[in-house]
Amino acid sequence: MIGILIAVLVANAAWSIATESRIEWDIIGKYLFSEQIFNGMKMTLLLTVIAMVMGVLLGIVLAVMWLSPNPVASSVAWFYIWVFRGTPVIVQLLFWGFLGAIYPHLSIGVPFGGPEFFGGSANDLIPPFVAAIFGLGFNEAAYMAEIVRAGISSVDEGQEEAAAALGMKRIQTIRRIVLPQAMRVIIPPTGNETISMLKTTSLVLVIPVSDLLYQATLIYSRNYKTIELLIVVSLWYLFFTSILTIVQYYIERHYSRGTKRNQPPSKIEFFVKHFWPHRSPREEGGPPMPGPGSRQLGG
Amino acid sequence: MTESGTTPMVEAINVHKRFGKNEVLKGITLTVAPGEVMVLLGPSGSGKSTFLRCINHLDRLNAGELRVDGSLVGFRESKGKIYEQKESEIAADRTRIGMVFQGFNLFPHMSAMQNIIEAPTRVLKVNKKQAEAEAQALLEQVGLGDRGDAYPNQLSGGQKQRVAIARALAMKPKLMLFDEPTSALDPELVGDVLDVMRKLAEDGMTMVVVTHEIGFAREVGDQLVFMDEGVVVESGDPATVIANPQHERTKAFLSKVL
Repeated sequence: MIGILIAVLVANAAWSIATESRIEWDIIGKYLFSEQIFNGMKMTLLLTVIAMVMGVLLGIVLAVMWLSPNPVASSVAWFYIWVFRGTPVIVQLLFWGFLGAIYPHLSIGVPFGGPEFFGGSANDLIPPFVAAIFGLGFNEAAYMAEIVRAGISSVDEGQEEAAAALGMKRIQTIRRIVLPQAMRVIIPPTGNETISMLKTTSLVLVIPVSDLLYQATLIYSRNYKTIELLIVVSLWYLFFTSILTIVQYYIERHYSRGTKRNQPPSKIEFFVKHFWPHRSPREEGGPPMPGPGSRQLGG
Repeated sequence: MTESGTTPMVEAINVHKRFGKNEVLKGITLTVAPGEVMVLLGPSGSGKSTFLRCINHLDRLNAGELRVDGSLVGFRESKGKIYEQKESEIAADRTRIGMVFQGFNLFPHMSAMQNIIEAPTRVLKVNKKQAEAEAQALLEQVGLGDRGDAYPNQLSGGQKQRVAIARALAMKPKLMLFDEPTSALDPELVGDVLDVMRKLAEDGMTMVVVTHEIGFAREVGDQLVFMDEGVVVESGDPATVIANPQHERTKAFLSKVL
C-alpha cells in the first residue's frame, strides 16, 4: 500500500515539474556543456584533488604525532584536531580568505622579531586559491588524522613488537610495517572523504574562488535563471560523485575480501550485473590485486 | 655454569616489574652464561614471559639490575650515574638480541624473504644482494629454502615460526629469546620448530626459552628455572629438577604437564 502511495506521489511530482513549473529546460541544455561551467568544474576537481592529497599527508603526520609517546607531539596533534574539527569549514575558509585583515604583513624569519628572510602582504601571499586550499586541506587533515589513527590502532600490537625486537625505530616501524597494514582500514573511509570533499569545495564561493557553483552564480546573477543553473551544477556534482562511488565500491570490495561473507548485493553490483552479465564481480572474484590478506595460495 | 672471569650473557639481579598495582616479577635473580640454553618453566601468569620481555626492554623493569653481555638494558651508565636510554640506543641494543614470539608476528604484507631482509637492510644497512644471500642460507638452515617467495598466509604455523626464527637470526644476535615458540602450533608441527632450535643450541647460540615442552627442556636445556608468582622457585640441571623436584609447587606443576 505504502509503496503504491509513494509511487503516485513521486509520479505526480515529476509530472508537475515537467508540465506545470516554469523551468526552462533548454537553458539547462545550453549551459550544461558551456565553457564557463567547464572552467568551474576544472577548478572544483583541482581543489578536490589538492585538498585531499594535503589532507591525507598531513593527516598521517598528525595521527603519528597523536599516537607518539612524546607528550609535546601528541598534545600539538590533539590541539590541532580539536580546533580544526570543532569549527565549521566555512569559517575556516573565510578565515584564510580574510587573514590579510589582521595580519597585513606575513614573513618567514627568526622567531620573536628577528631578521626576516621572506615576507610580503598577506593578500599577495595568500591569494584566494591558496586560501581555499588551506581552508579545505587543513580541515580535511583533522578528519583524516582520525581515520589514520583508527587504521594504525587496528594493526596487531605484535607487529610493532616484532619490529622493535629487530631494532627498528618507531617511525621506521610505522612507515614500513604498520601503515601498509593499516591501509585496508584507512582506504574505504578515505573514499567517503573524497566524495564529501567534492561537494564541500562548493563552499569556496565565499572567498571567492571560481569553482563550479561560483561560475553558476555568476551566470544566474546575469540572466536570473537561478533554478536552471542550480540544476546544471547538481547534475555535474551527481555525475562525479557517482563515478567516485563506483570507484570506492571496487576499492572497498578489494580491501574487505576474506573478511566479509555473504554481504547483500549493493545497488552498484545490481547495475554491474545488469549491464555486464558476463563480468559479475561476485562470480569472478574480481581482478587479482596485491595487498594484505588478498594473496592467493601459490600466487 | 658461569665460569669466573667470563661476562655472563644475561645477568639479572633482583628484577622487579609491576603493571599498575600488580607486581608480576618480585625479585628475579639469575645468570645465563654465553653458549648456555636456559629454559624457563612455570604456570601461566608466573611472570616468565614478562621476564623474557624485560631482557630486550619490550617491558621496562621497575627495580633491580638487568645486564646483557655486560651492559645495562634500557639504561646508560655515565660517571657513576644511571640514565634512561634514548629510543635510538634502545633500538641499537635490541639488534644484539633476537626474539621469537608465540604468535610468530611475521609481517603479513611481506614475503618470507622480505620479512628476513627487512631489518638487516633497514637497520644494519646491509646491501640487498648480500642480505638476500644470507637470508637464503638461513631459510635453508630452517628447512624452507624453497619458500622464500611465500607470504605468511601461505605458510603453515610451523613454517611461519621457522621463518620467524630465520628473521631473528638474520640480525646475527648474540642471544636468542623464545617466548613459548610452539604453544600456538598443531602438535604435529611442533617437532620441526624444536629441531631448528636444537640445532641452534648445538651451534653454540645462547638461548633463553620459555616453553612447556618438558622433553626439549631435558634434552637441550643446560639450566632449568622454575618460576611461580613472580619468583624463582627452583633451578638447576634440567634432568635433575624434572626427575626429582624439591619444591611442592614444582612437583605440582610437573605432575600436570608430564
